[in-house]
Amino acid sequence: MSILVKEDTRILVQGITGDFGARHARLSLDYGSQVVAGVTPGKGGQVFEHAGKKVPIFNTVAEAAKQTGATVSAIFVPPPFAADAILECFDADLDLAVAITEGIPVRDMVRAKRAMAGRRTRLIGPNCPGLVTPGRGDKSSGGCRIGIAPGYIHKRGNVGVVSRSGTLTYEAVWQLTCRGKGQSTCVGIGGDPVNGTSHLDVIKLFNDDPETEAIIMIGEIGGNAEVEAARWIKEHCKKPVAGFIAGATAPAGRRMGHAGAVIGGAEDTAAAKIKIFQECGISVAVTPSDMADALLRIWKG
Amino acid sequence: MNIHEYQAKELFAQFGVAVPKGVAVKSAAEFEGALAKIDTAGGIMVKSQIHAGGRGKGTFTDGFKGGVKFSPTKEKALENAKAMLGNTLVTAQTGEAGRKVQTIYFTEAANLGKRPDGRDDEYYLAILLDRATSFPVIVASTEGGMEIEHVAHHTPEKIFKVHVDPAVGLQAFQARQIAFSLGFSGDLFKQCVTLVTKLYQFYWEKDCAMVEVNPLLVTKEGKLLALDAKVSFDDNALFRHPDVVALRDLNEEDAKEIEASKFGLSYIALDGNIACLVNGAGLAMSTMDIIQHFGGSPANFLDVGGGATKDQVTAAFKIILGDANVKGILVNIFGGIMDCNVIATGIIEAVKETGLKLPLVVRLEGNNVEAGKATLAASGLTIVSGDSMADAAQKIVKLVNNK
Repeated sequence: MSILVKEDTRILVQGITGDFGARHARLSLDYGSQVVAGVTPGKGGQVFEHAGKKVPIFNTVAEAAKQTGATVSAIFVPPPFAADAILECFDADLDLAVAITEGIPVRDMVRAKRAMAGRRTRLIGPNCPGLVTPGRGDKSSGGCRIGIAPGYIHKRGNVGVVSRSGTLTYEAVWQLTCRGKGQSTCVGIGGDPVNGTSHLDVIKLFNDDPETEAIIMIGEIGGNAEVEAARWIKEHCKKPVAGFIAGATAPAGRRMGHAGAVIGGAEDTAAAKIKIFQECGISVAVTPSDMADALLRIWKG
Repeated sequence: MNIHEYQAKELFAQFGVAVPKGVAVKSAAEFEGALAKIDTAGGIMVKSQIHAGGRGKGTFTDGFKGGVKFSPTKEKALENAKAMLGNTLVTAQTGEAGRKVQTIYFTEAANLGKRPDGRDDEYYLAILLDRATSFPVIVASTEGGMEIEHVAHHTPEKIFKVHVDPAVGLQAFQARQIAFSLGFSGDLFKQCVTLVTKLYQFYWEKDCAMVEVNPLLVTKEGKLLALDAKVSFDDNALFRHPDVVALRDLNEEDAKEIEASKFGLSYIALDGNIACLVNGAGLAMSTMDIIQHFGGSPANFLDVGGGATKDQVTAAFKIILGDANVKGILVNIFGGIMDCNVIATGIIEAVKETGLKLPLVVRLEGNNVEAGKATLAASGLTIVSGDSMADAAQKIVKLVNNK
């Protein structure tokens, strides 16, 4: 098993006719992922073609899901319209909405997240690389790639990876793959202050997934999501966890104002988070080059 | 995006939040006219307008003390304003270089009320996003006029928080909770409920990142006033607020950061000597970290985004080279989707175009990386190749520190 998505998960792409969405829809098709529908309001009835594959385009998410059995959406809609696209997924009762879009206003996300309460749809992102469950073919092809991650760096295996950052996730995945260690699922939860799924949500899923034997959790400065996850890991997680926190050298106060520091408390600096990771039994990577090795110090695979 | 105090107060006034009357001007010729527009009988506050806190305790580079001054008479106000305008103010938040004061804000001085214990009757009020709940939170305290971090550390029981459910917005009972928690009654209670309600309306409708009023004060006449105002906006929402964008003051922003934003680069200057150029914010932050880990000191944060085109790399090099402290450059690109050979070609062209002479270490990883490394090696330029982030960081630190 894997978490959230499997090789045969049926994917629809919102914004498939835009440059960004089209490009990554093609890459997902090349990887062997089941991209079965596109959604662009007003372009229903058209067909997205790539390498001999024909993907029908619909006007609405509900129609796309009904006609094709798609259960997951990859959202590549521009920022002013992205929250609307997310809400449309909730309305269509999809399993999962993955919002790749960067630059969505915070207020839109505050409202969208509130609207998610009580709905069955899980949101990942926004401002995230998406997620990959590697396949078993050449260079992990045949897997489920939703979003913008490079597929070929993966390898099917037993390490779960969760991170806010895209390229830092690729760094960790590639280190694992180069050491012969594959991944169950790699999830980028996104770098925005308001996101649909937290580190802890993903850690719980990995903890319950029989295929996942070990976990790499990558965090950064700001907020307390990593700390919350670390404390839960200490109490409940049955699997070895390695972690890395980016931003030890980031200048304080560049993003956060006065009162933000009050809300965040003293636990949102890199040093504080690293200390809490260590106290919670997480093997901390000293540098970003050390992420896979930090895991291999406590897990032999 | 940040704005000046006077701009924030003009917006407050539009939304019905009570502020002292004031006029902002940009030249000494306008001083007299500005003072004629306000009631100066109770004295005037002369306030330097820069995007940094700690103005009152700041010192100008010519030795003049205080960026915010109470002036009992018009003559004194003119004298203070003349000393401040065009002068450079250094505060705890500006760094050593300080900021040039280009706008002076004259306001009617408020007649501060006193509490029974003799202290000034000052409060604190802020609205911002609580990341833990994804709800806006209103933070209030009876301890105004001081750093809220100090209050949070020493007397956390004096800080009150109310979370606002975005599905229904701020409710009347919540505004009352704030007013009760600050100990108000009678007419002041009503003023507080109104002020909190209007302030929240402003925060929400204008897509603010943070609104902070410190102090919020009660005058001897029993008026509740926002004496200071600090407002920042969510950059992602600026597209729907052209009126807010018009308030942007480029004088308050780093010229290199403005230039970078034109090329889709996210750049923040730091005070080290090893510049870095990276794709992705998380990788960029950790590249800074790894430079420091191996004994170097990062000169900047620079995220070129998902790609790394020749034009972007060239623009990035030019910005980096504008920092005289820079003694070496580390390029760290994980070209997941992009062809590393295309990136390598772009780097070579950028080196040639900018005539780069400083040590340059390039770490490429990802798609078609072998061809990319071969292209760099065949370029005839002295570009050092790093195999991993750790290897590249060690190489650039060594090159810079041995010079």
